[in-house]
Amino acid sequence: MRETVWTLAALISHWRRRPGNLATLVLGLAIATALWSGVQALNAQARNSYDAAANAISGGGARTLVAARGGLFDQELFVRLRRAGVTVSPVLEGAVRIGEKNVRIIGVEPVSLPRRSPIAHMRSRADVLEEFFTGPGRSFVARETLRRLDLAEGAQPRTERGEQLPPLAALAEAPPGAIIVDIGVAQRLLDRPGKLSRLVIADEETFDEARLKRVAGDALRLVAEDDSDLARLTESFHLNLTAFGFLAFLVGLFIVHAAYGLAFEQRLPTLRTLRALGVGPPHLVAAMACEIAVLTLLAGGAGVLGGHAIAQALLPDVAKSLESLYGAQISDRLTLDARWWLSGLAMAGAGATLAAASGLTKALRLPALSFARPMAWRGAHHRYLRRQAALAALALVAAAGAYGFGEGLASGFAIIGLALLAAALSLPIGLAGALALGERFARRPLARWFFADGRQEISGLSLALMALLIALATNIGVGGMVEGFRQTFERWLDARLVAEIYFEAATPADARDIEAWARTQPDIAAILPVWRAKTRIGGWPVDIVGMTPHETYTAHFPLIDAAPDAWTALHAQNAVLVSEQLARRLSLAIGETLDIPTTGQDLRARIVGVFPDYGNPKGQLRIDHEKLKRYFDDASGVHYSLRVDPAATARVIENMQQRFGGKIARIVDQADVKALSTDIFERTFAVTTALNTLTLIVSGVALFASLLTLSDMRRARIAPVWALGVTRRKLAALEMARVMAFAAGAAAFAIPLGLFMTWCLVAIVNVAAFGWRLPFHMFPAQWLAVFLIALGAAFFATLIPVARLARVSPTELLKVFSNER
Amino acid sequence: MLRVEGLKKSYPTPQGRIPVLRGVDFTLAAGASLALTGESGSGKSTLLHLVGALDDADFGEIVLDGVALTRLSEHARAAVRREKIGVVFQQFNLIPSLTVGENLGFQARLAGRYDPAWQEELTARLGLATFAARYPEELSGGQQQRVAIGRALAVRPRLLLADEPTGNLDEATGDAVMALALDLVAATGCAFLMATHSERLAARLQRRVRLESGLLAAQ
Repeated sequence: MRETVWTLAALISHWRRRPGNLATLVLGLAIATALWSGVQALNAQARNSYDAAANAISGGGARTLVAARGGLFDQELFVRLRRAGVTVSPVLEGAVRIGEKNVRIIGVEPVSLPRRSPIAHMRSRADVLEEFFTGPGRSFVARETLRRLDLAEGAQPRTERGEQLPPLAALAEAPPGAIIVDIGVAQRLLDRPGKLSRLVIADEETFDEARLKRVAGDALRLVAEDDSDLARLTESFHLNLTAFGFLAFLVGLFIVHAAYGLAFEQRLPTLRTLRALGVGPPHLVAAMACEIAVLTLLAGGAGVLGGHAIAQALLPDVAKSLESLYGAQISDRLTLDARWWLSGLAMAGAGATLAAASGLTKALRLPALSFARPMAWRGAHHRYLRRQAALAALALVAAAGAYGFGEGLASGFAIIGLALLAAALSLPIGLAGALALGERFARRPLARWFFADGRQEISGLSLALMALLIALATNIGVGGMVEGFRQTFERWLDARLVAEIYFEAATPADARDIEAWARTQPDIAAILPVWRAKTRIGGWPVDIVGMTPHETYTAHFPLIDAAPDAWTALHAQNAVLVSEQLARRLSLAIGETLDIPTTGQDLRARIVGVFPDYGNPKGQLRIDHEKLKRYFDDASGVHYSLRVDPAATARVIENMQQRFGGKIARIVDQADVKALSTDIFERTFAVTTALNTLTLIVSGVALFASLLTLSDMRRARIAPVWALGVTRRKLAALEMARVMAFAAGAAAFAIPLGLFMTWCLVAIVNVAAFGWRLPFHMFPAQWLAVFLIALGAAFFATLIPVARLARVSPTELLKVFSNER
Repeated sequence: MLRVEGLKKSYPTPQGRIPVLRGVDFTLAAGASLALTGESGSGKSTLLHLVGALDDADFGEIVLDGVALTRLSEHARAAVRREKIGVVFQQFNLIPSLTVGENLGFQARLAGRYDPAWQEELTARLGLATFAARYPEELSGGQQQRVAIGRALAVRPRLLLADEPTGNLDEATGDAVMALALDLVAATGCAFLMATHSERLAARLQRRVRLESGLLAAQ
């Protein structure tokens, strides 16, 4: 113990003399931890909210009964089950709009709720129970939802259909974005009289499955609550976030690895002296491990705090993305448990250990006496390049293996990760080759030295350059995918949103009134009902949308693939158009038949077309409007689009609002819908862009940190050239030119790598994650921007080290030649 | 050819400035050689660095070939170092990324005074012909020091400075290297100023002076 403590004291004394090196190490680890734990905080926050929403009624882990064919079922089934002694509790869920905000309505029956339900404790309070059932009743809502809706307790807001809610009351256990009301109130608010969406099994021990079968037959099916749609649908979104967080963490670790590696080299004489003084390798390694532990606590702690700040900053965009895309309500107040804090520290510890692993291994094998060959760099350089080449080849083979044998999202990310690794490992080889070529053709002595010395500098800067390469390639790869997606999305939006006006009637009866009126209006060329129903196919939630025969669809509706008679067949036969993601998920092809569960008997339809449906996590089917009405008696008969003379759009909307008032729940023109869709798109990629930018900044910091810590070593290489008559200013300019050339080399490497990454994202990852394949686009202007960013990053990273070199006093340079060195 | 007058130099320390040279005067003619002896820390290297236009003096004058080095800009001092001065360090300070041949011709090429015939002669006389394509790390200490001497003389300097040139070599190798250096110095006709703590080596030069407490004492 004493030996370890004194060894530790000797090791730590190094940092006193080199605080800049220590700062780099701490900063690197803190940034890496911050980016990783920030992303994990966002994921944890979202998952907590999903769990809160899923478990709000049952208390978690419970099984529920849902309609076997999807959608709602009759309340009568519940009554029959209860009478037969099956202990279940009814729930009706649905969405309403209050003002411009979407809110989830959860109708419950508190008396039969499971005991472990978070909201079940209201049973023990007679006053609450009384309020809930009697008089106007009560709407229980979390305080943050009240804040989001900008409403106070006691308020009685109205839904878009004009239905008034019971007075709002705060309830801590209510899930974010939801309002809990009595089941009868929910049926009124959602216009679903006598309908239920699920039955929660109140008491698992006394639940009698056989009795359920006898009473309900095949009408209901049993599902585990953990298997919620939200968790499944958002899985890809969170995996993407995690992948980005991990990438940023790795880039951060490059800084740690470079800084720790340098410190190890600088401390090598001390380590040898300690060994010569009788410190055994185990004590040496123990002391180094203690040092890493202290570093983890210091930098990891700062990193976790930084992660909290990053998550807090990104949470609004993530929450809005998840709400827009998946209808998930995420609490905007970051609440993280001890597990998150500890896992952040554990990640910092693992990262620090990984970055220091080679140092620890060398320390374990360090001989007390060394064969001093201070200038034996060429052999080491060649060994280093050979090792890099072997590892790069290995990574490439593994990437090819993942492409050939793997499938799905994990395989996609593995291909990207391995390709990035292979390219990063190859970078020093490419740069060394380019420098050797330069050296061969250089005639002037300083130019030859510039190239020859550059080769010697590669191994010191390679980690930072690899980090820069990865960040630049990711920027090109992700940027290319997002830009390509934006262009495709805009074209797709133009084709899908051909109608000039979109409206939603408050009730089907109101819709019929509006429809009748619209037919008499000369400004309105066509009324296109866009009724919807829900079902499940292959376990996935699917929306079914009706289409009427009209030029709006036949001339504009985008199809990826279609049978020759697609539009005729859609209306004349039992035919269906399938969204791309559903077609991929269920491996459906044109010409195949699909059994669609309906509220009555199954609809067997021939697939006549596949259409792109970007941004929709659910599957979608398009069938003839008349068939939708026939097969789905619960279809929402309230959505319509109108074709009008574009010049008359504003007038028609105004007329409709004046004439029908509250009968129209929502009416928007084409521009509004496009603006909303574009906003959702931008928000979805806001987090990706933010993480991308942060990764680039981290790589810039890595370069800066490496240059700063290498500057002392560089001095020893530069001093002889200075002594032979080259000015400090010229040497400083050459230093800058060299690093800029390295960065340019990294950028040149990054372009093909980035393009490969774009291809992987559009052809593998997006297909696996979201179910759609985007066209591959190239954006040369973006490459130029990334090239300039690389040069800018190198310029700013070298500014301080080079300025220091240009201003270094002759006395400092002469220390290189002093005998005491 | 070289005139040094009233040269003073001190270094800042946390305890205040420590004077190293307190007023050094001497002259050195072309073709002459002078050994500078003294104990470790007596300021031998500092004096060499000042004369070599590598460092700034606090006070005094250094005139080389009629040019006052102490009044030159950094740019002009770099030109003087490049064209008129050859330096041999104890640590050799070769450029590890260049071959022996490239190291030998580096300064001469920088100064635009590369003479292939002279380089070939130097290479032969230094016994480096078979090592020209090798890298410094592949040579022994004695061989490296021979390269350093060759590099310094390849530019045909007016003044050759050597700071403990055999300090890293064993006695026999040191003697051989020294003999070679003196032979070449005589061939080029340059002035030679060498710092050493070896009285034996110092005795091989024409004159010798001793640095004591920052002042020169003739021997």
